[in-house]
Amino acid sequence: MAEQKKSALEIIKSYDGPKLRIMEVCGTHTHEIFRLGIRKILPETIELISGPGCPVCVTPIGFIDEAVMLALDHQVTICTFGDLIRVPGTTMSLAGARAEGANIQIVYTPLDAVEYAVGHPEEQVVFLSVGFETTTPSSCLAVKKAKEENLQNFSILTANKTMPNAYQALKGSADAFLYPGHVNAITGEEECKKLAQDGVISGVIAGFTAKELLTALAVIIEKSKTKKSYFVNCYPRVVRPEGNPAAQKMIKEVMEPCDSEWRGLGVIPMSGLKLRQAYEAYDARLKFHLPKMQGKPNPACRCGDVLQGKCKPSDCKVFGRGCTPQHPIGACMVSNEGSCSAYYQYGME
Amino acid sequence: MKSGKIVTLAHGAGGKQTSELIDQVFKAHFSNPQFTADDAAVLEVNGKIAMSTDGFIVSPYEFNGGNIGKLSICGTVNDLACMGAKPLYMTCSFIIEEGFSMDKLEEIASYMEKTAKEAGVKIVAGDTKVAGRGQVDHLFITTTGIGKIVDGVSTSGAFAKPGDKIIVTGDIGRHGCTILLARENLGIEADIQSDCAPLWGTVEMMLETTKDIHVIRDATRGGVGTVLYEIAAESNVGVKLDSSAIPVDPAVSGVCGMLGLDPLYLANEGTLVVIAPAEQADTLVETLHKGKYSKNAAVIGEITESMPGKVVVTTEIGAETLLPQPGGELLPRIC
Repeated sequence: MAEQKKSALEIIKSYDGPKLRIMEVCGTHTHEIFRLGIRKILPETIELISGPGCPVCVTPIGFIDEAVMLALDHQVTICTFGDLIRVPGTTMSLAGARAEGANIQIVYTPLDAVEYAVGHPEEQVVFLSVGFETTTPSSCLAVKKAKEENLQNFSILTANKTMPNAYQALKGSADAFLYPGHVNAITGEEECKKLAQDGVISGVIAGFTAKELLTALAVIIEKSKTKKSYFVNCYPRVVRPEGNPAAQKMIKEVMEPCDSEWRGLGVIPMSGLKLRQAYEAYDARLKFHLPKMQGKPNPACRCGDVLQGKCKPSDCKVFGRGCTPQHPIGACMVSNEGSCSAYYQYGME
Repeated sequence: MKSGKIVTLAHGAGGKQTSELIDQVFKAHFSNPQFTADDAAVLEVNGKIAMSTDGFIVSPYEFNGGNIGKLSICGTVNDLACMGAKPLYMTCSFIIEEGFSMDKLEEIASYMEKTAKEAGVKIVAGDTKVAGRGQVDHLFITTTGIGKIVDGVSTSGAFAKPGDKIIVTGDIGRHGCTILLARENLGIEADIQSDCAPLWGTVEMMLETTKDIHVIRDATRGGVGTVLYEIAAESNVGVKLDSSAIPVDPAVSGVCGMLGLDPLYLANEGTLVVIAPAEQADTLVETLHKGKYSKNAAVIGEITESMPGKVVVTTEIGAETLLPQPGGELLPRIC
């Protein structure tokens, strides 16, 4: 076959077909694409859209408000992944709460939060459980461990999300998805394959190195020429067809689907996860009787449109003016994986 | 031998205990003919001198590859060395938290002694204060040093010229990575040692090869990326880096990959950024490879006329991208 003789880079550079809109769903993809300068080598007819795959970016403002309330009003110790600290809430971020005396600990895995709780029995510890299928199993493991050890001072605030229903909600935003390899490593191929078979949207599962990303883009280009919907696993080194059944089982055992609010996209039915009844003693919302909180976003911020590919970060009025990585207004400017932050830092206007 | 003693407020009160502390810990380690018991050290220095001061509040105060004592000598020695100055004399001021272990203080002083000796610098005066519990995080050290500038050497961040080559004297990011792993409860175990080292010897080697060096900077807080942005602004030039040429220890790049950090922004305490005319670059790197602390030295890029004030990186796919300008605290990212 002729196309096999061409390198992925050559296929991409020589594309002269109709306009092709590809959404990279995963925040790590967004980051790597910017870091490697992939946008710089694309022909004008290929547009990359940064989707909602950064867990920080899609976490609603109300969640930050809940965490701030726990930290300041309930005096609990918040254990969190580092990125969440600077995400603005309605009145303040967790960094702001920390400046007012809140105890905020950065952890790398939820199990570190359990360990912290064991070592600090006099403190109530809440882990901020955000993330997709990749990070959720370790949150579940943390809750299971806490239950086994009968820990009384540990709970989690859930905002865990699952991708399949989000794909449905985003189907009109692009011609093809670059599926998040890390998520598929857990969930497997089936759901994405079905989206192509049902004619909802095409896509390929992509890895994260330069070679893997270029290969995935080249495959999208070649497949799009056939005018049929398609699905290809371009990351078979890591993603098995059945995914990771042990991790799936872990999630099913501890959590169950629920409606979930995505920043910018609104509530997507059954796109989130919460703790099952057997584990509800570890649900910080129930434990601390948190009221329902409706966060108020800054009206000038267009993170929602950015996440749906409706506008570029630089189309937003506050981009680079009121909103910078040092003083973010929207969540997409906070995380390294957020598209606004990437646009800003890599100087794309 | 371990004494099990602790530092108390009385040690800072100026009386008998203060003298004991000075005699037993500081004089014992820092003793030299110029070490003064008077109000100030009296020194004789001829020619052009460089002077620098730096405060150290590193947490944790002990880390793989050194401690706050070694760091406090290296920091000031390296600042002087960057100006082409042979470090001569230093002063150090300690602020110690009440209750701090006397054995640890002794250990810190012995690291300082050893490091100062290696750098050829004499500690000539000092000061000790003891602060109440909670007012200081274990101990803070401030060092000040003077050095004699080698004749014919003139370096500054404002002297980079288009066409110059950019050299790093070692693999980058080890100190920042070491501290990050020790400080945050990240649960990552990696065999990484801080590069903390006194670099006058390294600079001296380079100056013996050529005095035609435009910039020497130690890439401490903020790392090589931050230093290059500073130089680009001060010299009003562009910087172009070749990502594949930047030396990084595989363990450091592994940790950075996991945490979403770039070694270019991690602190170094024993690695310099050197900018010199292209024709000197290869000889300098060859010389550096013979040094104790510069075996991994490499040319990593060049100074350009285009894009003044910016740092551009050629990535592994051959695309040129802007290096994001550093800012804020380093936060490990999610997933």
